[in-house]
Amino acid sequence: MNETILTPQDISAEWLRLYRDNSDILTKNSGEILNSQRAKALDDFMRLGIPSTKNEAYRYTRVEDYLKGNYDAEFTNDPFKVDLREIFKCDIPELDTHVVLVLNGFYYTDNNPAGLPDGIIVCGLNEASVKYPDIFRQHYGKYAGTETDGLVALNTLFANDGVFVYVPDGMSLERPLQIINLSFSLRNLRITRRNLFVTGDNSSCSIVLCDHTLCAHSYITNSLTEIYAGRNARVDFSRMQNENSLSSQITHAFIHQEESSKVTSNTISLHGGLIRNNFFVRLNGTGCESNLYGLFLGDDNQHIANFTLIHHAMPQCTSNQLFKGILDDNATGSFNGKIYVSRDAQKTLAYQKNNNILLSPAARMNTKPHLEIYADDVKCSHGATVGRLDTEAMFYLRSRGIGEKEARQLLMYAFADEIISKISVSILRERIIGLVDKRLRGELARCNNCDVRCG
Amino acid sequence: MLIIKDLHVSIGGKEIIKGINLEVKAGEVHAIMGPNGSGKSTLAAALAGRENFEVTKGHVSYLGENLLEMPAEERARKGLFLGFQYPVEIPGVSLVNFMKTAVNEHRKFKGLDPISASDFLKMMREKQDLVGLHTNLTNRSVNEGFSGGEKKRNEIFQMAMLNPVLAILDETDSGLDIDALKIVANGVNKLRTKDNATIVITHYQRLLDFIIPDFVHVLYKGRIVKSSGKELAMELEEKGYDWIREENK
Repeated sequence: MNETILTPQDISAEWLRLYRDNSDILTKNSGEILNSQRAKALDDFMRLGIPSTKNEAYRYTRVEDYLKGNYDAEFTNDPFKVDLREIFKCDIPELDTHVVLVLNGFYYTDNNPAGLPDGIIVCGLNEASVKYPDIFRQHYGKYAGTETDGLVALNTLFANDGVFVYVPDGMSLERPLQIINLSFSLRNLRITRRNLFVTGDNSSCSIVLCDHTLCAHSYITNSLTEIYAGRNARVDFSRMQNENSLSSQITHAFIHQEESSKVTSNTISLHGGLIRNNFFVRLNGTGCESNLYGLFLGDDNQHIANFTLIHHAMPQCTSNQLFKGILDDNATGSFNGKIYVSRDAQKTLAYQKNNNILLSPAARMNTKPHLEIYADDVKCSHGATVGRLDTEAMFYLRSRGIGEKEARQLLMYAFADEIISKISVSILRERIIGLVDKRLRGELARCNNCDVRCG
Repeated sequence: MLIIKDLHVSIGGKEIIKGINLEVKAGEVHAIMGPNGSGKSTLAAALAGRENFEVTKGHVSYLGENLLEMPAEERARKGLFLGFQYPVEIPGVSLVNFMKTAVNEHRKFKGLDPISASDFLKMMREKQDLVGLHTNLTNRSVNEGFSGGEKKRNEIFQMAMLNPVLAILDETDSGLDIDALKIVANGVNKLRTKDNATIVITHYQRLLDFIIPDFVHVLYKGRIVKSSGKELAMELEEKGYDWIREENK
């Protein structure tokens, strides 16, 4: 069979057709505020299209290879009734987290996050756009500009549901909120997910996102999360990505921080065909702290890419980036990290580090730091390494009787541990330890109680 | 226990060990001395099974088996222990987990069940006392942030944990002050039995004041050029390595 070669333009046209064919049903089922941003998103997408590798930010990720093919799309919530709690049992005990499920991008109608403190809102995105229009209008689409990245425009164009979280000023969510994104269908599917987390002044919360495919179909997911951290807010945002190797996941996190806020993001990419994570952080007040951490494990033909842009817009902010990857077989990865320091952002401290281990001769890693600094009183550093497992350490371990396989495991785990130890939600950390250990042993890293073989 | 016959070892095509013969019997302590670059550490690492150290000629029998055919971990499980001259720092691998894994691999090899947590802790405490390693080892990575002396004590501590048949100590004295040296030597002496053996590799005679060898060998340019009793160490200390260089011109 001849496979026609599709250019990014062809694929963009295909997505546009999909939008035009379904815009009526999409707008009919979405709130007014969601719809209000589609016209601009459409203009921007028509201008930008799917990014090609000529786009510097996507130089190492050929997204066009992943965004084509026969896929359905769903534009209404709950196309078939399933009891998700029957087919999916997560083994993080529910007692310790508030759990909400999202199915194919839609907030699951039976979600009932019990025990939330009064005033804290966790609900579907579309529902929030109707029920809480004031807060919603103030923040939705305000951080994720559609002007520069066609995939952000595409997400805004198709957005109709996801999760909305609101933590009012001075309040805190004591137990972590766990959002489980599930992909489950009878056919291959394109999924658009859109989240908005608004955390007020002096508030704090911890949100854990888990991405799972529950069957062996292929999914193209375009997922976007806007996070607003008010003055002195404390936000902990962890993400665990575990999808099958037929699936492609593109995530965008837009993090907007006001004065003295602290946001820590920890992304563990365990498995997936394509994983592309974009992080945009704007430090919009003095004294902010931003921590972006990531661990990615790739084998087979997986591609895992992380892109960051930290914008120090105001003085006396600190940002730390640490991304570590282990790649085996034919896996490829990239890290593209940018620090932008505005002219007035004096006393900025900005650090960036990317360390990678390649386990096979065919595995490849591209890493590219990028610093753009317009202030003169700043401390910025970046460093990147690509290497193999330390042979001295291997010999040391083996000379004590530890077999080669176990010695490799110990060293790989030690490498990963620097990221894992930064996960502050202890119950999540414990589970990640187990999953990473299994993953590095080449065993399928899936949840213990889940019967579906991802991979 | 160990019989080395005409051993030749090359690293990257360069021959470092040029024909060594040595026999070590149970209960014996052998000292191997020699100037820098004579091949002492190469010999030790080759016996421990370091990859990329190419044995080009010769034979080594250990407990009646061909040592050179075994991977490093198998040599270790059969009781061979190398105390490193430069112990490797391994960030992220906890020393406790490392030792527990090693002890259990040894036990598995002997057909024993994994050690219980309480027995393991007891054993750790006991062996730490033996070598005077009194720092709290929990939550510490292997050798990371250890002082020079702590690293060497940690080697003897590991030796005590694994209770080897044949211990090869590669310049365990280097970088130690006299008090630390006594503690390390004391640890080695306490572990001596009539059934095990020790090869002490050293540049200086002073360690041999505390670990009394049965035999002293002088290694020079990849060959053993002199072998004798412990008095040889004294003679070397007196005359210096120039004496060896002169004799082997």
